[in-house]
Amino acid sequence: MNPTQARYLYAYAVVRASDAVAGALETVTGVADGPVRAVRHGDLMVLAGPVPATDHGERQLAEHLEDLDWLERTARAHQRVIGAAAAVAPSVLPLRLATVFHDEEGARAMLGARHDTLLAALDRLDGRTEWGVKIYALGTARPAGTVAVPPPDAPRAAVSGRDYLRRRAAERHAAQEGVRREDEAARGIHTTLTALAQETRLHPPQNPRLSGQAGRNVLNAAYLVRREDGPRFTSAVAQLAERAPRDGMRVDLTGPWAPYSFAGTDASPESP
Amino acid sequence: MTGHAPPAERGPALVDLLDRLLAGGVVIAGDLTLRIADVDLVRIDLHALICSVDALVAAPLEAGS
Repeated sequence: MNPTQARYLYAYAVVRASDAVAGALETVTGVADGPVRAVRHGDLMVLAGPVPATDHGERQLAEHLEDLDWLERTARAHQRVIGAAAAVAPSVLPLRLATVFHDEEGARAMLGARHDTLLAALDRLDGRTEWGVKIYALGTARPAGTVAVPPPDAPRAAVSGRDYLRRRAAERHAAQEGVRREDEAARGIHTTLTALAQETRLHPPQNPRLSGQAGRNVLNAAYLVRREDGPRFTSAVAQLAERAPRDGMRVDLTGPWAPYSFAGTDASPESP
Repeated sequence: MTGHAPPAERGPALVDLLDRLLAGGVVIAGDLTLRIADVDLVRIDLHALICSVDALVAAPLEAGS
């Protein structure tokens, strides 16, 4: 990077101040292939790195966020830094993608102004990880045989308008019943997993075109789980996943994640 | 668009990552000089994003359905 070029500071996460964490981040490459350093203020530090100001102003970021290739590069770099931090720090508070400060002074001022809230969030997330579970309804368990289909050689004239409408209504009803059963099965799985988690959060169902997954995404949930409960949680998911095809469902597990989905709930009032 | 498949060596699927990075994480307000990631903006961005993906992959999916 050209050293005379103006820089902003891209912030990844807040952690408790620690030389070990700061040291571990020195070898990690962040957004825009930039380095990562720790900006300290009291007992907290924000992990951040310089990015070219020309590319990370408000207007430029708004444009970039709609560019899928830029978004992917930035998201993966953000995740790389969070992952490296989570490997060494007991608690990591991820910041929303594309949080940019003018300079270190701005980042320190934020740590000072929100000190108590940030520290409380770090305490709440200490020793906890996030797991993602998605359930897809494949539509294979819809009740079959409830709709009388006329034999193929039946003369067309034999199907009256009234019969046709009745059959359409029965088909609609069967489809609705299938959807209801799928939703119920998904709710049952969610209830089982919620009992093993500290907190849960529902994300909107994923667009199949974006995810490339077959089936209707009926649940896209995140679970905050104590690290020591992780094996119990993942084996519960494995059991549910094994049983799911009988109900026409597929269960996918992702993680462990840093607690992205739980960092913002209580921890970030919109007004300082 | 080969870059957006979720092969294991690339880490998590992009769509799972975006669920978390665009809707999770602490949203900083107040002293911050630039604030991009508020909810409204994210919704617009995701919409645009999904449209851009639709435009690229719509044809084969529709052909198969």
